[in-house]
Amino acid sequence: MARWGLVIDLDRCTGCQACVVACKHENNVPFSTPETANSGRLMTWIQLVPVEIPGNREATATPLMCQQCDRPPCTDVCPVSATYLNPDGIVGQIYPRCIGCRYCTNACPYAVKVFNWVPPEWPESMADMKNPDVSVRPKGVVEKCTFCHHRLQQARERARASGHDVGPDDYTPACVQTCPAEAMVFGDLDDSNAEVSALANGPRAYRWMEELGTKPKVVYLREGE
Amino acid sequence: MADVVTKPVDEYEPIIRPILEVGPKFKRWATGLGAVVLWSAFAYTWQLYHGLGATGLGRPIYWGLYITNFVFFIGVSHAGTLISAILRLVGAEWRRPITRMAEVITVLVLFFGVGNVLLDLGRVDRAMNVVLHPHFRSPLLWDISSITVYLTASSLYLYLPLIPDIARLRDCTGGWRHAFYRRLAIGWTGAAHQKHRLERIISVMAIIVIPIAVSVHTVVSWVFAMTIQPMWHSTIFGPYFVVGAIFSGIAALIIAMAIVRDAYGLEKYLQPIHFINLALLMLVMACLWFYFTFAEHLTTWYAQEPIETAVFNAKLFGRYAPFFWTMVATCFVIPFGILANRRTRTIKWIVVASISVSIGMWLERFQIVVPTLSNPRAPVHTFVYWPSWVEWSMMAGFFAAFTLLYMGFTKLFPVISIWELEDEAAEAAAAAVPRAEVQRPLVATEG
Repeated sequence: MARWGLVIDLDRCTGCQACVVACKHENNVPFSTPETANSGRLMTWIQLVPVEIPGNREATATPLMCQQCDRPPCTDVCPVSATYLNPDGIVGQIYPRCIGCRYCTNACPYAVKVFNWVPPEWPESMADMKNPDVSVRPKGVVEKCTFCHHRLQQARERARASGHDVGPDDYTPACVQTCPAEAMVFGDLDDSNAEVSALANGPRAYRWMEELGTKPKVVYLREGE
Repeated sequence: MADVVTKPVDEYEPIIRPILEVGPKFKRWATGLGAVVLWSAFAYTWQLYHGLGATGLGRPIYWGLYITNFVFFIGVSHAGTLISAILRLVGAEWRRPITRMAEVITVLVLFFGVGNVLLDLGRVDRAMNVVLHPHFRSPLLWDISSITVYLTASSLYLYLPLIPDIARLRDCTGGWRHAFYRRLAIGWTGAAHQKHRLERIISVMAIIVIPIAVSVHTVVSWVFAMTIQPMWHSTIFGPYFVVGAIFSGIAALIIAMAIVRDAYGLEKYLQPIHFINLALLMLVMACLWFYFTFAEHLTTWYAQEPIETAVFNAKLFGRYAPFFWTMVATCFVIPFGILANRRTRTIKWIVVASISVSIGMWLERFQIVVPTLSNPRAPVHTFVYWPSWVEWSMMAGFFAAFTLLYMGFTKLFPVISIWELEDEAAEAAAAAVPRAEVQRPLVATEG
């Protein structure tokens, strides 16, 4: 089975945040106001944060989302297995099972899991523009980036109908698809012919906080000189 | 009145009387506390309707006042069972009048500890999922398991030594009380074989509850220590939490003893020696607490690991410094100053030290939960956490409800174990008999 991974080339990333917008629409992530964001209630699955990368003098604006760890600190601590590492290597969230204890959000060193403090809300003009493929999360549960897992499920159904396996071009998360600078590369990290695995094993590859043993499947490429 | 004492009053009447009489002061307090509980019920309804958005929490400070209170209440629960079991095992005779008061604290406060976790759940309606879909790799499941065992064991440990006293009440009351006590006394007659069996079960239970109690607070600490977060991921958290738990437990017990003594006029039974002995135990725990706190913080500071140092600085010199230094003063400086000095080891000052320790230990729990979450590894936006009115209301409501239930207990059961005092008196009398027998002939010959 594929081990889905994402490479983000920080040399190419312009910080335009198109990925942030694409993700919000694709995954029905509720809107937030500056006030809610300041009180720590910003709902986002991907955001730009200033990360200090070894060798760089200044912090780099880095797209941060769930790092899809191969050894996720969040899944061990869930008392009800509502978050788990699925066979595709994606850290899943079972919204109808989550009891909202927020232990996983506290165990995650990347602070990428967000909690629904209030029921989700959209401006009236956007209310009917939700993606029907993704469920809207109720108040009181934890959510986060799923690598657009619903797209993998659709790709699988299409592949099954046509009698093929899921190919490298069949499944791409919304952020990768949108990135105008083509800074994001997605694919099977175990496929030695894939561009993503070549980049992930290249000299510029950098896994954030890998010293913690989390084995992230989001790989950043350092900026060049 | 159906509750009148039908048996001739004996020397333990001062313990029995407050159970059967409800004074105006009691009613005033009960009304006041009941109002606070009602208010917190309103606050909880508010939270259920609005979600946890009604709290002051947010990313990355996902836990706050509720989890602080959870750890604090579970800590206080060590007042009872552990202290009473240890004193029973080492045969400390002075324990007799105080064990029950301690055990009641344990059983009642455990419910409020668990209650705080339920308050903190985003989906309390799904709480049963921990039974339906248990994931035993989660320290929260360990917690649920050990607290369940502790609650069962300590309830039993409270009930068993109550049986002879319940039977005593059964025999001296009428009406609904008689029926109530008759059922609970499960046929106790005080026969030798019954007594023998009861004493054996109690001593077995005293041994069993000690490891359970230790496990409970160890596991509570592991909820934090098992993560890789700065200043949570510490190997000494288990014993550190247990020491803090016993420490705050003794403080809570002393406060409860002082209130009960004053309210029900039990000066004859709760003597200065009981307060002084507990105070000495608390003094030892204060020193242990200081040792653990010092070791924990020195290790963090010396290594200067940046992520850990950020939390350390926030605690000692930053935003949380007022709380931290108040904690050091109230957990160590004040109680040590009072209790290490023989002249200030009076009931009044011991109570002052206990109140100080209670405040300090609450601050310690807050210091463990919030600063770590406020200084995450990832450079995400943080904010200043301040609990909302809902959180404060729930805290007030829980303290009020606990006090109310404790008061309710004192109106149903004796807060001092009568039969154990009787036993002590009987043993003392038996020990005195030989001397009396030797003296009597002497008197006779003289006559």
